[in-house]
Amino acid sequence: MKQNIINKIWNTHLVHSKAGFPEMLYIDRILLHEVTSAQAFAELKNRNIPIRNKHNIIATVDHSIPTDKNRIVIADEIARKQVDTLRANCKETGITIYDIDSHHQGIVHVVGPELGFTLPGKTIICGDSHTSTHGAFGALAFGVGTSEITHAMASSCILQDKPKTYKVEFKGMPNQYFTAKDAILKLIAEIGIGGGKGCVIEYVGEYIRSLSMEARMTICNMSIECGARAGLIAPDATTLSYLEGREYAPKGADWEQAKQEWLALASDEGADYDYSITIDISGAGPMITWGINPEHAIALNETTPAINAGGDKATLEKAYAYTQLQPGQSLIGTAIDFAFVGSCTNGRIEDLRAVAKILDGRKVANNVTMYIVPGSEQVMEMAQAEGLDKIFAAAGADFRMPGCSMCLAMNPDKVPEGKRCISTTNRNFIGRQGPNSITHLASPQTVAASAVLGKIAGQEHLA
Amino acid sequence: MKKFTTLNSHIIPLAIDNVDTDMIIPAQHLKSVSKEGYGENVFSALRSMYPDFVLNKPQYNTGKILVSKENFGCGSSREHAVWAIQQYGIETVICNSFSDIFFNNSAKNGLLLITQPLEVINEMLAIAEQDSTAVMTVDLPNQSISYNGKGYHFDYDGFRKHCLINGLDDLDYLMSHASEINKYEEHHGKA
Repeated sequence: MKQNIINKIWNTHLVHSKAGFPEMLYIDRILLHEVTSAQAFAELKNRNIPIRNKHNIIATVDHSIPTDKNRIVIADEIARKQVDTLRANCKETGITIYDIDSHHQGIVHVVGPELGFTLPGKTIICGDSHTSTHGAFGALAFGVGTSEITHAMASSCILQDKPKTYKVEFKGMPNQYFTAKDAILKLIAEIGIGGGKGCVIEYVGEYIRSLSMEARMTICNMSIECGARAGLIAPDATTLSYLEGREYAPKGADWEQAKQEWLALASDEGADYDYSITIDISGAGPMITWGINPEHAIALNETTPAINAGGDKATLEKAYAYTQLQPGQSLIGTAIDFAFVGSCTNGRIEDLRAVAKILDGRKVANNVTMYIVPGSEQVMEMAQAEGLDKIFAAAGADFRMPGCSMCLAMNPDKVPEGKRCISTTNRNFIGRQGPNSITHLASPQTVAASAVLGKIAGQEHLA
Repeated sequence: MKKFTTLNSHIIPLAIDNVDTDMIIPAQHLKSVSKEGYGENVFSALRSMYPDFVLNKPQYNTGKILVSKENFGCGSSREHAVWAIQQYGIETVICNSFSDIFFNNSAKNGLLLITQPLEVINEMLAIAEQDSTAVMTVDLPNQSISYNGKGYHFDYDGFRKHCLINGLDDLDYLMSHASEINKYEEHHGKA
């Protein structure tokens, strides 16, 4: 029978299946961080249950830690306790932790791939919704709550209902300023914030095949923003060349065998899906969000929608009131106070290179504070080796240490009240980047161009 | 886990779509290492920004049933959102639809999530907004809701119903299948 990649991975990981019960799915990899793991360790300890396969688990710190140069000192006592608790739990149980002295600390979804811990065909979970990122490698990777982290640590299994499968094809070739971030925002604008609920999305098409691994991760990362449980892309030569030689990737004869197995994961020609959609990106340009969730996205050269344009009227009214915008206006020219490049969506080396290319020889506008936060220490070290840090400094941007930073404002990096930020992050929810702050989601290139001009703008507006 | 069978309560009407888990419990309250202490911060940003937010109205203070619209619980996977709702005193959430991760997290903590058609939701919201003393009864064993002289059926997954009614959690179920897990690992190798 013809199978798609989602069902292939699901079926090979089924441990136990019984009618009327959720399925028992084997979990190959668990990623931990400080925010959602402490209660899982405590539960196992209370119930005296050992960790079943600790070699399948790695941890790092990302959400609560500061990103200034002196980050070893965590001033916030509660955050410090949280980080120290993870360190103590890993030490006690023998779980590998990539701490800030390891050269591999960073956002869990950036670190997993760069270590080769993320591999095709694997099932991967983390107590963070953006675990969907790892699907870029053809893994079935989804965000779970702390209970399911506990379950997987104890049993290497979780209980899940079988997801529906959803094929998303991007068709046509966009304009030169269009990026992977714009592609995923366009999909979310089209199907809505709940459009992928209950589904795992497979992304297919020429455009997807043409993308780098970094760009594929950006697309899979935001699958959760249309409600999908996961997003994935079948492994190909690009995937293999990214993974070869990485720390946890198979070596020698194992590598040769793994390559064959991974390439065989691709969906069979003519395989069925529960749902499918084609998104036409012919000639499309950059996207930006105007409202309070990621479906409130328009093309940068469009105007904001009317209140009665569809969707929940109360939500649209609230969105305009919160973002202090009007229906029917262009966002181009709207003054900004902050520009943020980073997060698990766009904090990779390719993103930093794109930003450096725009900032090179230019200055961040006087009215704008710009933070550039690498997704990991490896990204930071690469940026330094390539001299990107010098370009950022010359432009007047603040190049900081790795972490989630201003994406969710759990650490001291916050957009102040009432201030407007253009951001490469994944959520423009109310207060997401700091209480009463306003967020516009966009690509790194659009963020950099806007930072230079001091107002929302695209690359094409730069002199 | 606390057992759930029936519940009689006032209704808290939260008439918006896409209530995300950042709204339910903002990130600045996630730094704790325990499962306690989230209830007082439930919806804290919306409560401080909007004086007329429903949880700021004293007449809805005692409600244990929250009614909202579409796609409740979207966004972050933080289970703290479920803990916060429960610790505030809410035991049932009725909506047209829920996000997947929130749905899973809720069942694992004994928070009952019920889906109803939008017209029923709108009717419930209207009644709760007009009369904060209206009482609704949720009966999980019979999968029924009654209020305002009417009865409604709701669908509920058999396994999760069994767990909720008996106060069982998934971990016991998983651990009871250790022999299948061993067999899987013998066949596939440890990942």
